[in-house]
Amino acid sequence: MIRFIGAIVLAVFALPAFAEIKIQEVTSPGGIKAWLVEEHGIPFTALEIRFLGGTSLDRPGKRGEVNLMTALIEEGAGDLDSQGFAAARDGLAAEFHFRADVDGVGVSAQFLSENRDKAMDLLHLALTKPRFDPDAVERVRGQVLAGLASDAKDPDSIAGDILRKRAYGDHPYGTVGDGTVDSVKALTRDDMVAAFGDSVARDRIYVAASGDITAAELGSLLDKLLGDLPAKGSAQPGRVDLTAKAGVVQKDFPGPQSTIEFYQGGMKFDDPDYFAASILNEILGGNGFSSRLMDEVREKRGLTYGIGTGLAAYDHAEIMSGHLATANDKAAEAIKVIRDVWADVAKNGVTEKELDDTKTYMTGAYPLRFDGNGTIASILVGMQILGLPSNYPATRNARVEAVTLADVNRVAAKLLTPDQLFFVVVGDAAGVKSTE
Amino acid sequence: MRLGLSYGAVLVALAAWPAVADTVSTFKLDNGMDVVVIEDHRAPVVVHMVWYRIGAADETPGHSGIAHFLEHLMFQGTKDVAPGDLSKIVAAQGGSDNAFTTLDYTAYFQRVAADRLGLMMKLESDRMHNLNLTEDDVTTERNVILDERNERTDSDPGSLMGEQMSAAQYMNHPYGIPVIGWRHEMAQLSRQDALDFYHANYAPNNAILVVAGDVKPDDVLSLAKKYYGPIPPSDKIKPRIRPTEPPQLAERRLTMVDQRVAQPYVIRTYLAPERNPGDQKQAAAIRMLAELLGGSSTTSVLARALQFDSQKAVYTSAFYDGLSLDEDTFGLVIVPPAGESLVDAETAMDAVVAKFIKDGVNADDLARIKVQVKASEIYGRDDVNGLARQYGAALAIGLSVKDVQDWPELMQNVTAEDVMAAAKLVLDRHNAVTGYLTNEEVQP
Repeated sequence: MIRFIGAIVLAVFALPAFAEIKIQEVTSPGGIKAWLVEEHGIPFTALEIRFLGGTSLDRPGKRGEVNLMTALIEEGAGDLDSQGFAAARDGLAAEFHFRADVDGVGVSAQFLSENRDKAMDLLHLALTKPRFDPDAVERVRGQVLAGLASDAKDPDSIAGDILRKRAYGDHPYGTVGDGTVDSVKALTRDDMVAAFGDSVARDRIYVAASGDITAAELGSLLDKLLGDLPAKGSAQPGRVDLTAKAGVVQKDFPGPQSTIEFYQGGMKFDDPDYFAASILNEILGGNGFSSRLMDEVREKRGLTYGIGTGLAAYDHAEIMSGHLATANDKAAEAIKVIRDVWADVAKNGVTEKELDDTKTYMTGAYPLRFDGNGTIASILVGMQILGLPSNYPATRNARVEAVTLADVNRVAAKLLTPDQLFFVVVGDAAGVKSTE
Repeated sequence: MRLGLSYGAVLVALAAWPAVADTVSTFKLDNGMDVVVIEDHRAPVVVHMVWYRIGAADETPGHSGIAHFLEHLMFQGTKDVAPGDLSKIVAAQGGSDNAFTTLDYTAYFQRVAADRLGLMMKLESDRMHNLNLTEDDVTTERNVILDERNERTDSDPGSLMGEQMSAAQYMNHPYGIPVIGWRHEMAQLSRQDALDFYHANYAPNNAILVVAGDVKPDDVLSLAKKYYGPIPPSDKIKPRIRPTEPPQLAERRLTMVDQRVAQPYVIRTYLAPERNPGDQKQAAAIRMLAELLGGSSTTSVLARALQFDSQKAVYTSAFYDGLSLDEDTFGLVIVPPAGESLVDAETAMDAVVAKFIKDGVNADDLARIKVQVKASEIYGRDDVNGLARQYGAALAIGLSVKDVQDWPELMQNVTAEDVMAAAKLVLDRHNAVTGYLTNEEVQP
């Protein structure tokens, strides 16, 4: 889940700078706003909808309700049961995906131009009259429980659980949105109805489309699809300040490898230094094959297959985190190398060459992310949530270029806190000792 | 490429061979290198790929993993490019690069702004014939592939089970050996092994260049002539004739118990004919069989019977893609609800398959899947990177561009009778391996 949100933030930074991407701001006759990129070359449209809130709206004692509810939206609506709904959708060759994460419920739809009206009627049915049939609830509950059983034996999930709890404590971010075995078993159909009412409403909606559709067509589609949703959902959760201090927690897990997650505090997206921080993250452990950590941990010492870091700005908290897997007997050395790199960059900063290389990478990579209607629609929703202007793509590379070495190194000294870098190790790493 | 057998990997997407014939051009260089250009001018981006017709199934016995190891070592530089610099140069241009190895082919690719295509060709053509390897680089990279095996295979009981299944499925053909390699053989792979494999197999007449994106075919051809054209063809490239399977006379059954298994399941694979040049009709029928039986998680025959009409499974699937040089496999999977018997799950799955063979194909199901196959051609045109991979993979296993473009129509033309004939051919337990993956708590 953490990575999902991280991906949205990164995707926003990766919008194309070229003139071809022309974002229109559309307001439907009924007042629903959306962003649109018209692209009539292929006869289909991708539509992305996001309702802010997500699993953080779970009521006390009902952990997992929004996740289970979201998975049930496509399991029957109106006079169609789950089989009927799936057959209708597949018969139109439409694709609908519903998912919940810590900050929202997302709907991704893709439909052929020739079937647009019928596909939208079907999606409208799902978004207004989901059935939550008892047999569907039981079946999907079984899938969620199976996933939880699987996660309980997955080192990445175990490490994520430990990290979440430590970083966010009692805030909804502190536990996994899928819920626990006990909480999911106790959820009822009434909880599904309540979670749907809390989550799916017009006061928290962001929409974008990309593909074979005009602004006028999108406007009328929005009113038909979303116009009769309830006006208001439940209140959003408050902010949480990350708890971070130096330390290690190690948990045994059988197997030849240890999974290592590490984190410290992040930076707010609207911080004037956020651009410099994102460049710093890129240099330290970013996307490319080449980063400071990749060089030190993989290339020079062969301690891992890959290591990466991310800077994530959630709606209610910020974090900087990293991930790697390493052979059990090399975990202690890997942790030491990471700490050393962290301290070195905080103290000595990065080099002009690293900065120049990363700027070239980030600005050159920008147009590459423009790869398909679904991706564009998703990026457009992310931009709106972050409050970016629709002409942002045209200015983005210039903003990257404007960051100086002094900026990055000032931010490195401020942001990187080696004395607050916490490691979670899941695996039989004999050389690693928990500090608590 | 054949499918991994881990539970997550058996979800097979619908075939997406788009009708983009008018945007695909092909050439052949004088040195024998094939060139495919796919035009998509929506964004100023290009994907550059070189595919070698050499994979793990072409390794010398005892050297398992060498094809994949060499793929890693191809990033260790040439006399002009220092180790690791190729990726750094690509990243510096804002691009991304990577490579992958399968049983049948090895491919290298970069995705960059379209005006950097020449530089990509310069780098890729350089390492086609100028690879430079030091002992130190080889030693370091061997640790990396051993770690990769730790991470992808040894840490994942589903992957380990997949290896055991393939080894049992192929009694004589090298598809029984994992791409990553057996650990004890990987640990022995040397610099000389890598160089021998490189010199024997990497040459323009054993390679396919695929360029897709905002490019003109003539421009690609002149760049290809400039960078790849001067590399001489190799006279060492041999036809890929591998050991073949003897008649398989007895079903093989495996049970693997591993405490890390969270969700016990049953998986069965059957030997199945692959797609062949100019001869894909049977494969299309087998693919349709897989779609009907287990292609959709809601409306397929297995899902309906075992997840909706009864609660005997939390997940079912059937898979087949036929994209291999030699005989492929057709697979069935069932994951029963937590704590329930694998024997009962297998019995339930077999009962559904038996009923399907008795009752025949539901006409609505067949029609619906055909609509989806047709739509997937349209959706597939949105993903030029995916298109490049589809053409590259097909050509690397000996199919032609025409075979790729004929496939959607072959799928549309499959009849209910074709599907039933395919079912009778493929679903023969003598050719099958049935695997139980479980933990101590759940008895098979």
